Amino acid sequence: MAREEIYEKVKGVLVDALGVDEEEVTPTAVIKDDLGAESIDFLDISFRLEKAFGIKIGKGEMMPENLASDPTKVQNGMLTPVGISELKERMPRTDFSEFEKDPKVDNMSKLFTVDTIVNFVESKVGTAV
Amino acid sequence: MRWIWIDKFVEFTPRKSATAIKNVSLAEEHLHDLYPAFPIVPHSLIIEGMAQTAGILVGEARNFEEKVILAKVSRATFHRLVRPGETITFSANIEQLNEQGASIAGTVKVSGEPVADIELMFSHIDQNMAGLEFPEHNFVFTEQFTELLKTYRMNGTITL
Repeated sequence: MAREEIYEKVKGVLVDALGVDEEEVTPTAVIKDDLGAESIDFLDISFRLEKAFGIKIGKGEMMPENLASDPTKVQNGMLTPVGISELKERMPRTDFSEFEKDPKVDNMSKLFTVDTIVNFVESKVGTAV
Repeated sequence: MRWIWIDKFVEFTPRKSATAIKNVSLAEEHLHDLYPAFPIVPHSLIIEGMAQTAGILVGEARNFEEKVILAKVSRATFHRLVRPGETITFSANIEQLNEQGASIAGTVKVSGEPVADIELMFSHIDQNMAGLEFPEHNFVFTEQFTELLKTYRMNGTITL
C-alpha cells in the first residue's frame, strides 16, 4: 500500500477518533498536544487502525509503554541513554533531535506525531502476511 | 435509589451482542426535571442505559475479572425523544475487544423506531492506568448488575 494511501486513511481515523478537522491533521501534528488526544483516545485510534488496515496491534506496540518502571531506562524522570536507544529502536524514522535535548518522560508524547502513526502502519502493512 | 437504567436483558450472546429493555414510567422523578410539564428521558440517561447494557457485555467477556469503565462516548446521535409509557430497547455489539478495553456500536429504539446511535469505548482500567492503585475488589460489577445477567440466564429454566 502506497504511503499516500496510508496517510489518507490515517487522517480519516484521526478525524473520527478525535473529532478534529481534516486541516488540523498534518504530518508533524503532535497527537496529544496539537490534536488534543487523551489516554483513552490512543486505544480508540489503535482499534480504528486495526479495522481500517486489517492489522493487529499489540499492547504497547504503537506507543512504547512501561519504560518508566525500568530504572535502567528512566532515572529522575529522564530517559537514560539506554532508554533513548530502545525508544529509537521502537520508533524508527522518528526525529529525536529535539527530544534528546531534554529527554524528560513527560516530553515523550511530543514524539508521537501523525507521521509516527503513518510510519507504524507502513511497517505493519509491509510485514503483514 | 438504585443506579440501574435497564430492566432486563432479552438477548445476550457472550463476546458479541446484548439487548436490554427499559420500561419508562411517569413515576420516575428524573423525567420531570428537564422540561416542566413535558416529561422525557434525558439523553444522558439513554447513554447510561446503553453503557450499562454494553458494560455488562464487555465485563462478561472476561468473566467480570476486569474493572470495566466507560471511558469515552465516541459518538451519540439522537433521532427522537422518549416519553413515559414507552419501552426502550438497547442493542449493543462489540466491535473490538482486547486486554486493554473494548469498543461498542449500539442502537436504541422504541417500538422499532430509531431513538439513537451510540458508540462507546470501555477501558479495563487495571490494564491502562499503570501506576494508579485501585481497590482490589471489582467495584464496577456490583450485585445489582450481575443479578441482571443471572435473571436473564435463569428465565429459560424457570417454569411457573
